[in-house]
Formats: sequence, structure tokens, C-alpha cells
Amino acid sequence: MKKTFTTKEIINKGLLAGAVVLSLSVIGFIALLAERELIKGWFSLGHIFLVASPFAFAYVTTRDMEYEGNAKPLQTGFIIGAVASIPLIVLSFLAVAIDIRQFLSNVSPALIELLTFGQTPVLGSILLLLLFGIIGVFAASFNIIPENIRHPLVNALVWTLGIATFSEILLSRVRSLLGRGLVKVIFSGKSLNPIFAIVFFAAVFGFTIWWDKRGDSFKEKLENLAPAKRKQLSQGQSILLMLVILFLPLILGSYLTEVANNVGIYILMGLGLNIVVGFAGLLDLGYVAFFAIGAYVMGVLTSEGALGLDAGFSFWTALPISVIVATLFGIVLGIPVLGMRGDYLAIVTLGFGEIIRVVAVSDLFKDTLGGAQGILQIPKPEFFGIELVQPGELYYVVLAGVLLAVFIATRLRDSRLGRQWMALREDEDVAEAMGMNLVSTKLMAFATGAAFSGLSGAIFASKLTSIFPHSFNLLISINVLSLIIVGGVGSIPGVFVGALVLVGLPELLREFAEYRLLIYGVLLIVMMLVKPEGLLPDQRKKRELKSEAELDWAEK
Amino acid sequence: MQERIKQIDFLGLILWVFRTAIIVAMLWGTIATVMDNPYSAKAWTDTIVAGIAQGSLYALIAIGYTLVYGVLFMINFAHGEFFMSGIMTATIFIAQPMSASGYLDRHPIIGLLIIAVVTMLVSIGIAILTERVAYRPLRGAPRLVPLITAIGASFFWQYFFQGLYGSEVKPFPQTDILTGKINIGGVEILKTQVIVIIVTVLMLIGLYFFVVKTKTGKSIRAAAENKDVARLMGIDVDRAITLTFTMGAAMAGIAGVLYALVFRQIHFFMGFFPGIKAFTAAVLGGIGSIPGAALGGLFLGIFESVGPGLFLEGLGVPSPHQLKDVIAFTMLVLVLIFRPQGILGEALAEEKA
Amino acid sequence: MGIILSTKNVTKRFGGLIAVNSFEIDVKENSISSVIGPNGAGKTTFFNCITGFYTPTEGEIIFDENQHIQGLRPDQVTLKGISRTYQNIRLFSKMTAIENILVGQHRHLKTHWVEAIFKTKRFVKEEEEALEEAIRLLNFVGLNGLGDHLAHNLPYGAQRRLEIARALASKPKLLLLDEPTAGMNPNESIELMHFIRQLRDEVGITILLIEHDMKVVMGISEEIWVMDFGQKIAEGTPLEIQRNPKVIEAYLGSGAASGLNLEQGE
Repeated sequence: MKKTFTTKEIINKGLLAGAVVLSLSVIGFIALLAERELIKGWFSLGHIFLVASPFAFAYVTTRDMEYEGNAKPLQTGFIIGAVASIPLIVLSFLAVAIDIRQFLSNVSPALIELLTFGQTPVLGSILLLLLFGIIGVFAASFNIIPENIRHPLVNALVWTLGIATFSEILLSRVRSLLGRGLVKVIFSGKSLNPIFAIVFFAAVFGFTIWWDKRGDSFKEKLENLAPAKRKQLSQGQSILLMLVILFLPLILGSYLTEVANNVGIYILMGLGLNIVVGFAGLLDLGYVAFFAIGAYVMGVLTSEGALGLDAGFSFWTALPISVIVATLFGIVLGIPVLGMRGDYLAIVTLGFGEIIRVVAVSDLFKDTLGGAQGILQIPKPEFFGIELVQPGELYYVVLAGVLLAVFIATRLRDSRLGRQWMALREDEDVAEAMGMNLVSTKLMAFATGAAFSGLSGAIFASKLTSIFPHSFNLLISINVLSLIIVGGVGSIPGVFVGALVLVGLPELLREFAEYRLLIYGVLLIVMMLVKPEGLLPDQRKKRELKSEAELDWAEK
Repeated sequence: MQERIKQIDFLGLILWVFRTAIIVAMLWGTIATVMDNPYSAKAWTDTIVAGIAQGSLYALIAIGYTLVYGVLFMINFAHGEFFMSGIMTATIFIAQPMSASGYLDRHPIIGLLIIAVVTMLVSIGIAILTERVAYRPLRGAPRLVPLITAIGASFFWQYFFQGLYGSEVKPFPQTDILTGKINIGGVEILKTQVIVIIVTVLMLIGLYFFVVKTKTGKSIRAAAENKDVARLMGIDVDRAITLTFTMGAAMAGIAGVLYALVFRQIHFFMGFFPGIKAFTAAVLGGIGSIPGAALGGLFLGIFESVGPGLFLEGLGVPSPHQLKDVIAFTMLVLVLIFRPQGILGEALAEEKA
Repeated sequence: MGIILSTKNVTKRFGGLIAVNSFEIDVKENSISSVIGPNGAGKTTFFNCITGFYTPTEGEIIFDENQHIQGLRPDQVTLKGISRTYQNIRLFSKMTAIENILVGQHRHLKTHWVEAIFKTKRFVKEEEEALEEAIRLLNFVGLNGLGDHLAHNLPYGAQRRLEIARALASKPKLLLLDEPTAGMNPNESIELMHFIRQLRDEVGITILLIEHDMKVVMGISEEIWVMDFGQKIAEGTPLEIQRNPKVIEAYLGSGAASGLNLEQGE
């Protein structure tokens, strides 16, 4: 629906954009991101987030707006951008006038310098106003320029900014995989070399134009391939994917592999919670409990320290025990909540999670669980006498766990039990009236979810070699819940995407770590408002047509 | 619901055993403690008074949960953040500068009133903003959707205020007139605790009359009863909902000031656990009922305060006060399993088909 | 013809309110019969008592050769061979049409989840057969080709049919239809009535309908019970019911417009 906007509405949009960027500034987000320079000497990630809000508001407003001729949207874009700069200008003058830091500790001199480009307040303000205005015009122009230029432009921008954002990590990878010579060409310091950035931008731009023109015929060719050839191609793709997964630690190097392992731990938990929340629709906020139980059982059984049972179990014997104990707890804690629905269930499970944590922290079982000090000296897993110490070695333990969980989750999803879970999620009463036993269906979901989480916890304990009760807090449950919601509730590939975005990215962009939960909060709200089905929604399997196709094939 | 449980015999048995075990453990612990008598009468009185004061705070916060649940049937997970945001802002911008300039010492009552008003206004502002941006567009969505949004809002506000004011614990300035104890009927009670209890009682009475007697209050109750019918009767339901959030946030704001007076320090995470506890209190008293929230809060506060010494000490649990939260959460679980309608609540008619 | 379902003195109270008051019916095997009555007469409550959603406060429900089913859970009632649809369609909306029917077959699927993980031969065979049966049912209710659509994306009439297919999937002996024509226009209603008769003739099951619109049921019912304020006020063949002054009064008294069209019912 196209709308017309009055000047007042446009100014309000600008003020709203300004309020957003002002908030980002005063909480210290922008100043922190300014430490990550993207293109040497040009701009930082802080600048990107500084202009993101006026850009977005100007873009969306001009997109929805009814207009004739091109002057109107460009003008609107400029007004929104310029108005958005006003709150920041006020802030920078305030900072000169009074000691604002006694109230807002994050309004640092560095932030003010960023906002005024190191100039005097007056000159700086004019520059900021102009910059924001230009950004507004730039954003508005995206709605005007023809598609065949817009698409390459967006592609080139996204790719250039993308590699610039991760230049620190790319730099170390390029150095160890491709040699120092190339590093000097691409990077300058820890950020992107301006000349390379321009070349890269132009290259992506050019390639996209070429692809837009020629790509269709290429795709057509691909589609017209003989079925046998196409099958070969997709097999080839699968083999390639398998090889990449298998040799990932070599490509990633030890730091990134460690990140991948953490992502894997969360994927495991996510796959479990996805069964409980995604398949069966039972909102569990105490999911961390089973992770903690898995970790503690592993710790107690294998620890070589003074605590624990001194049982001296090996990782591989303790692993199934951890999973079984976590599963049993899943059932035991599931029984009291069988009759509960929706939000009450969520709060009670949250209570369970907290009870488990508080008990672990307390002195109640201090002799075995170590109280607040936790359990130390947990041995790393061994594999035929080799201790798996390096991230690159532990990777395979995590990978095996994830593959097992994906396998089981997929098979269960496509079975009668999976359909029972989904029916339960859609309408509990009708599901019961279809003849299914709600008690066993729910307990199966809790048990499977707990098992995956326990497995994850056990691997986690062994990987870290120590566990502390304080780390098993509600935030982990929220973390896992966020990742399955962002990925797509009930979608198994979605768990991977969610974990990569919510666990992987913050580890690569350390600046984000401090604001991680703030970002999770925003993501949860935005996802629910805009895209409740998630980034990679669950695709229901085609059954009717598929089987008809099979019949056709059989008849031939 | 009750009928269901009768049918699920095996499970019913397990639940019964579970409940009995907890009751027996409580009784056992109590008897053992009483026999052992480790604390003096004065210590018990102090614990109970502290419990009442704590319970008053829970009651004030619980009002917000109960009102919102009554109207929207959603657990406003972010309510604890309304409680935190007001007093955080007022402390940084009003209380600390006032204390530094000596104004608070010269005019303590006016100073505290200003702090209270600012706190309430900020809490209300945050509540209205949250409702407008995060909840209103989701009216009529499946029930879990607003709950997830509310969790998101809770974390957003926590870490927004952490970014705004820093993560360190902030002192709340003290005033001379509120330090020390006074003697009431031979019992020495902290002045702050007296203030907490008096203010809570006044606020609750005021709120009750507002909701029951005034026209605005009636519009809220009508919206709670049936939104569609209320709309047909010419009631602006959106406005009634905003008002509900406003009242809940105002109560939470006052609770924030009282919290700061009692504990003398505040931080960005302070809203989270009191929030969950207050929700427990609301459920305990019967969610949707204002007297229920008050009673539930009081009950939970006393239980939590007395419980560790009374039940757990006798059972030989080491450092029982660490397990205070376990008592609160166990209460929550027990209430939701065995009496989900709470102490004062009416049974929510469960429409099956 | 034997009696497949018989209710004796079935009463359901909610606090002081008596929703169903010693309601007694005897449903003949392989018949189409109806419980009718004005809105709010207690018909759906009565259905809920039969299907286990409610436990009757008093009375007995006897199904299929002396099995007492009052007080059983809904899943247990389904296992005995009773299946139902709902007045306000209650499909599993985010599952496909085929999956909805597959869930309906629950009662007849036997494989354990462990077999599903290892994809044993028995599991694969059972799933294939279930899918075949589901497609057959889908075609039977006339939804060919719509099987892979999410249930909530189907048009209204198709959703009604899908709900019937899902109910049939459990191979019930008795099918309860709760206002199957609600929300349909007259043409769609007539079409559905033909379909219901065809269902009885081809599948050979007993069908019990609830309707508040008398016109709809007159054409196909062999026996009708009329309910008002939870009580049975009349029973008999459609012809007898139409002439019954109590029925006319109940309908006119409650102001239901459908009652005015009694004479056109045939």
C-alpha cells in the first residue's frame, strides 16, 4: 500500500530514526564498534551503525510513499536524514556544556569525537547533518534507480562491507592458507586496504551485472541437463559438502575451530529444544537444567580432582551415563508439568532450571558437586589412547554428536511420533481425540530434548575440563530459545542457521559480545513482529505429489 | 482439570507422592528446628518483619502481573524491568545529584517524593513504550508469541539500561530520617521496613478503590471481562490496556523506590528475580485478582524469609539461606500443579471443545 | 439392526448449571441420525460427554456391545471406535492435509519410534501403506491434489471435508459430526449432505449429526432427537418431528429463524 506522508509525519520519522541512533550512541554501542575499522582511513563499523537507522527509515518511508517524479523521495530522504541528526547534535553540545558522563557513563569523548568528526561542535554538527542528509538521499535513491543497477550495487556493498567486517579473521586465514604476500595486497593493518576495497567493489558490481544478464541462460542449461547428469551433479555437491565438513578444522584454523565447536554445542542443544518447543510446542525455559545435568554427571564421573566420586570413568563410559541421567531427569521433571499449558509451563520449567542451578551452587551437595567452586580437572576425551586436546580434534567429537542428533531428530520428525508431536503443538485436545496418549507423547518430547541437551553438556564439560554452576544460568536457555526462533521454530536446518548467527557471529565480532543479550532481545521482538516463522522456516514434506510422481515412475 | 487428574491414576499417584514428600519434609524440618530451637524469639521476629517487608515489595510488583494477565492473558515477562528502569533512572539523575548537593538531607521528604514521582513516570514511560512497540501489534496472536516477545523485551531493557548507566552496583543515597529503628509495641523495627509496609498498604487500598469505584477502573474491568463486548459498549479497549500497563508500572515504580530504601543499592539486573518472584506471588494469590496479588506477595515474602531457618535448618541442610530461591520456586511449582487458580482465584473455566 | 450407541440418563452439570439433563438416545447401527436443537441447547456438551472431553456427572454411555465408555479419556474413546469433527473447524493448521489424515490414522499404526530411527522394513512398509490410505481418503472426500497444502491454506469447504477425512482415518464405527454445515451456503450444505449419505452407503459406518438448522438434517436423518435446555423434548422420524408442537415452540420461542422454515424442510 502506497501512502502519502505529510511533512509532519516525515519529520516524525526522522526524529524516530534519530531516537534510535541516539540510543545506540548513549549505550556505548557505536563507540565500541568504532574500534573496528573497516576500510583503512575511511570508516569503521561504528560509522555503519551510526548511519544505519536514518538509512533504514529513509529507505522504508520512500519505498512506501506515493510520488510523481524523483525529486520528492530524494527530498524526503534528505529531511529524514537531516532530522535524525538533531538528537545527536544536541547530545554533542550537551557534552560540551556539562559533564554528561556522571550520568551516562558511555557518552565518552571518543563518541563525541566520532559524532563531530574531530571538529569543533558547530562545524562537526553541520558535517553530521549533511552526512545524514546524504545518507537519506542515498537510501531514497535505492527506490528510484532501475533494478539492473540496484541489484549489483546492493551486492557489491554487502560483500565489500562483509569482508571488511571480518577482515581481522580473514587476515589470519589468508596469511596461513595463501601466504603473506596476498595479505599485504588485501589488508592494511587490521582492516581492508582502500584500493583493494575499490577493486573488490567494482569486481562484485561487474560480476553481478554479468550474472544478471547471462545467469538465466546458465540456469536454464542446468535445468535442461539429463536427469542422470543432474543426479551426478547433486551427488557431487553432497560429496563436496561432506569433504568440507570433514576437513573444516584445517580450513578454519584453531581459533575458528574453537568457535565452530561452541556453535556445535549450541546446535546440539538447539536440536533438542527444537523437539520440545518446535515440534511439540511445549515452551521450556529451564532447558539449561539438562545441559547442567549432563555436564555434572560427566564431571563427577571422570574428574581426577579431589571432588566427585573419584570413579575414574573414561569419557566414553561416562558419556552414555550422562545422557541417560539427563533423559531420566527430563522425564521426572516432565511429569509434574504434564497438565500445564503454554505460559504456565514456561514459568514452571524456568523455576526448575533455577532450582537445579541454585542447588548446584549451594553447599547442599558440596562434597560431590563442589558447590560454588564447581568441578575441576575433568579429563579431555581420549580416542584410542590419543587425548583429544586441540580444538581441531575435539571438533570431531562435537561433529559426531551433532550428526547423531540430526539423524535422530530427522528420523523421529518423519515418523508417527513426529506427527504426534506436531499435532500436539497444533491442538492438544484434538490430538488426544485422535487417539494418542498425551502423557507418553509429551514425555517422549521432554526425554529426547533432555537427552540431546545432556549429550551437549557432557561434551561441554569434557571440552572445558572444568564446570562452574554459575555458567548454567537462565541465559543459556534464552540463548537456545532465541536461536531456534531466529532459525525457524521446528526447522532442523534453522537450528544451524540460528546457532551460526547467534553464537558464531558474536564470537567473531567480540564487540558484540557485550551487547549480545540486548541484540537477542531485539531479535526476539523483531522476529515475532516481522518474521515469526524464522530465517529458514520448516518445510513440510511433500507427500501426495511425491508419491504420485513415484507411481508415474513405477508405471513406466 | 480435576477430572483429568482423577483419570491419570498412575501419574496422580506420582504427583501425590511428590506432594506428600514435600509436606512431610517441611513438617519434619519444622519440628526438628523447633525442638532444636537455634534462634531467639527476637531473631524470629526480625525474620518475620523482614519477610513482611519483602512480601510487600512482591505484592506491589505482583499487581502489574495480575492486572496485565487479567486483561491480556499474557505473562508480561518484562514487568521486572519496569520496576528496575524507574529507580535506576531516578537514582542517577535525581537522587545522587540531590544527595551530592545536600538537598536530600535538608528536605528529605520533598526529595523522596520527587524521586518517587520521577521513578513512577519513567517506569510508566517504559511500560507504555514496550506495550506500544512490542505487544500491541501482536494482539490476537497465539499465546506463546507475546510471551516470547516479552522475554525479548525483558532482556532488551536489562542490557539497554546496563549500557546506559553501566553494569556496576550503584549506591542509593541514605537519609537520616530513615535510618535506625523505631519501637512499635515493644518490637524494634527498621524504619525503612515500616515505611515499606505503610506505603504498600496505602497504595494497595488506593488501587483497589480506583479499580472498583472509578469509571476508568470499570473500563479496565470490562476489558478484562470481554474485550469484544467492551468495545461494543463504547469502551476504548486500547486505552484501557494502556491504563492497565500504566497502573502496573506505577506500582512497580513505587516498589523500586522502596527497594532502594531498604537495600540501599541498585543495579541493572535487580528487576529480574523480584519479577519472577512477584509473578509467583501473583499466581499464588490467584492471577487476575488484586487482593490475591497482595496476599500472595505477603505469603511468599514471609515463607521465603522464614523457610530456610524453619524447614531446612532442621533437615540438616548446610547454609540453608542459599536455598531461599529454591523455596520460592518450589512453591510456584506446587501451586501451579495442585491449585493453578491460586488462593483467591476462581477456577478458570477450561473450554475443551 | 442393533444399537451401536446408547446413552442412559446422561447428565452434565457445571456448578449449578445443568447443560445436559438425563439425555437418552439409542443410535441404530448403520443409520444416519441427528441431535437437533436451538443454539446453546447443550448439543456440543452432549457430544463432548460421548467423546470423553467431559465426564458426565451422571449416567451411562454404552457403545458397541455393552462397553461402558463414560469417563474414558478422549484417546481411549477413539480407540473404541468413535471419531468426531468439530463445530469450529479444528484441523492441525500448520500441517499438510495429508499429514492431518496421517495423524488420524494414529490408532492403526503400530511401529515403535526405535524402528523409525533405524528405518526398519516394517516401519517403511507401514508408512507407505499409511500414505496410500491417506491419499485414498483424500481422494474420497474430493480433495485430490490438495494433499501437500497446509490445512489452514485450504478453502473453507475443503477444510470441512478434510476434517471428515481425518475422522474417517481412524476407521471409526461411529462418526460424530458437529454442525458440519456451519458457515456453508445452501448449495454447499446440500452437497455435503449428499456426501454424508454417500459416506454411510459406501463406507458403511454409523453417523450421528448435531445441527441447529433443522432444514439441513430433515432430508437425510432416519431418526432425530430434539434437545432444548439440555433436555430431550421430542424424538422420532423427521416427519414426526416436524409435526411436533413442542419442537415448533422450542424453535419459535428461541427466535431461531431456521424454525420458521420447517415446512420447506423436505
